[in-house]
Amino acid sequence: MRRVLPFTIVSVTGFFMLVQYFIPREEFEWIYEWTLDWIIVIGCFAMLLGLYSLTYVSVNKVRRKTPGWGYNLIALAGLFFMLIVGFVPGQESLVRGSVFMHLFEYVYVPVQAAMFSLLAFYIASAAYRAFRARTVLATILLVSAVIIMLRLVPLGPLSGINQWLANFILTVPNMAAKRAFWIGVGLGATATALKIMLGIERTYMGRD
Amino acid sequence: MRKVAIFVFFLLFSSIFVFPPDKAFAQEETEMPASPTKVEASDTPNDNGHSITVKWKLSADDGAGKNNVVVYEVLRSDSPEGEFELRGMVPAGESVFEDQGAKDRQSPNYLPSHKKFYYTVRAKGDGIYSDSEVSAPGYAYGQWFHTGKFPVFVAVLAFSAFALIFISLARKGKKLYVRPLAGIEAVDEAIGRATEMGKPILYIIGLGSADMIATIASFTILSRVAKKTAEYQTPILIPCYDAVVMAVAQETVKAAYLEAGRPDIYKEENVFFLTSMQFAYVAGVNGIMLRERPATNFYLGKFYAESLILAETGSVAGSIQISGTDEIAQIPFFVAATDYTLIGEELYAASAYLGREPVLLGTLKGQDWGKAVVIISLILGAIAASLHFQFFLDLFRVQL
Repeated sequence: MRRVLPFTIVSVTGFFMLVQYFIPREEFEWIYEWTLDWIIVIGCFAMLLGLYSLTYVSVNKVRRKTPGWGYNLIALAGLFFMLIVGFVPGQESLVRGSVFMHLFEYVYVPVQAAMFSLLAFYIASAAYRAFRARTVLATILLVSAVIIMLRLVPLGPLSGINQWLANFILTVPNMAAKRAFWIGVGLGATATALKIMLGIERTYMGRD
Repeated sequence: MRKVAIFVFFLLFSSIFVFPPDKAFAQEETEMPASPTKVEASDTPNDNGHSITVKWKLSADDGAGKNNVVVYEVLRSDSPEGEFELRGMVPAGESVFEDQGAKDRQSPNYLPSHKKFYYTVRAKGDGIYSDSEVSAPGYAYGQWFHTGKFPVFVAVLAFSAFALIFISLARKGKKLYVRPLAGIEAVDEAIGRATEMGKPILYIIGLGSADMIATIASFTILSRVAKKTAEYQTPILIPCYDAVVMAVAQETVKAAYLEAGRPDIYKEENVFFLTSMQFAYVAGVNGIMLRERPATNFYLGKFYAESLILAETGSVAGSIQISGTDEIAQIPFFVAATDYTLIGEELYAASAYLGREPVLLGTLKGQDWGKAVVIISLILGAIAASLHFQFFLDLFRVQL
């Protein structure tokens, strides 16, 4: 029963979702939208689970003084401070100028931007590794990358040729590879869905 | 000054002769355009039953005759004698209008199914108009099959048939060959390395929600990886971005430990929620990588801009890294920064590769046949398009 019920729910829901794609009737739309609403509702309740998990793991680490427990303490402090500030009575938290929004805009957003900006440096180091012309394929990659990068740079009389080459690379070999990828992904996704709906793939339920 | 005044007067006076008032035009302005004819109202096909399509024959003065039609107004009433209300307009030259109503009963735009409506079309010029005769009643109703999606339906059936045939063959014991994937072959080695080093394995499911196919594929791989880590008694850390994903991952890992006969070493706190903010999550995971120094990192699922930051940090931490995603923009980053990458469909196929079960391998073979059909269709389509065989191309046209 422990396996049959989840499998039945998965299978019936999966087949319904497949069938409703081909039936435009209102009743089917309604069930589909209702199911999507349920996903949101479950997501909201699951957030409580997430909150519990984060608190439980962090508190345990702080209590046991495991290496790096200070970070968990900061995470807990940040979590509860934002919660308290967000629930200050008599003050709307999601309006501009509130303490909550101040912390969000002037602490959280810059920190997030700093993390994102790391990407620029990592792209440089990854590009260095990827573009080393050690093999024929790596050399082709390097030459293609140079052509694509230079398409935004004015190169005088060479601009026209470079633009043509860049457009050719993007619209012919690159697009062909992308389409092959998407076809493969489409078929793979359908096969995975089929395996799950038919109960052939049940490993996500903990059974081989 | 006087000369200028005389010149201006002369200009104005002569303009009366050069540009005489167009009496005929002025008269035409007041003439009504001919009314549209043959107004028909019928259900809009392939919809949920809240839309009626109105068609008519253009006014004789639309693009011809007096040529004074500017716009057509479509009006609707629930009785032929009743008060008609304006439903929409289309410019001159067009003869179809879709009266798209709302399905919500509370909406002022609600258009009920199976209720008869009458339409009239007004050909409108500059302040003047003429109405058509009232149409026969038309009503909206929902369809039981979207005919525009017929090619998709056939493709789903054909692909399912391929998969089922090969599953059946596999069940009967037919040996199916699948080409080896380096990323999959490396999984055992990566887990073994972590065991030898006495360090944990870090498994990142990505930023996808539990309903995404990449996340579901990641769960299936996680189950097999977790079973092996349970057998080797190697800890596995799974920081999650989504609370629902965390709940499913906990169950998956728990069941895998149970299957391996080691439920005693399962630790729920190793599968934990971190945050639902993209770069806060990256910061958290990077912190874990640099503090715990996991021997192996798996990045399998849906990844976005964070992919390279995670993979580069893992590389700095000296971990063996296996990645896989169906996000095409992130694949180059993973290829550049990790040791093995599962590209697109390989991620979905990984579970079958790891399990080596004939039934699962059967679906892979079905996929291969599906690809063969797609390739043949592409070649035939290219030939048909070059030779203008529109009939063949229309077989593949999908209307959403």
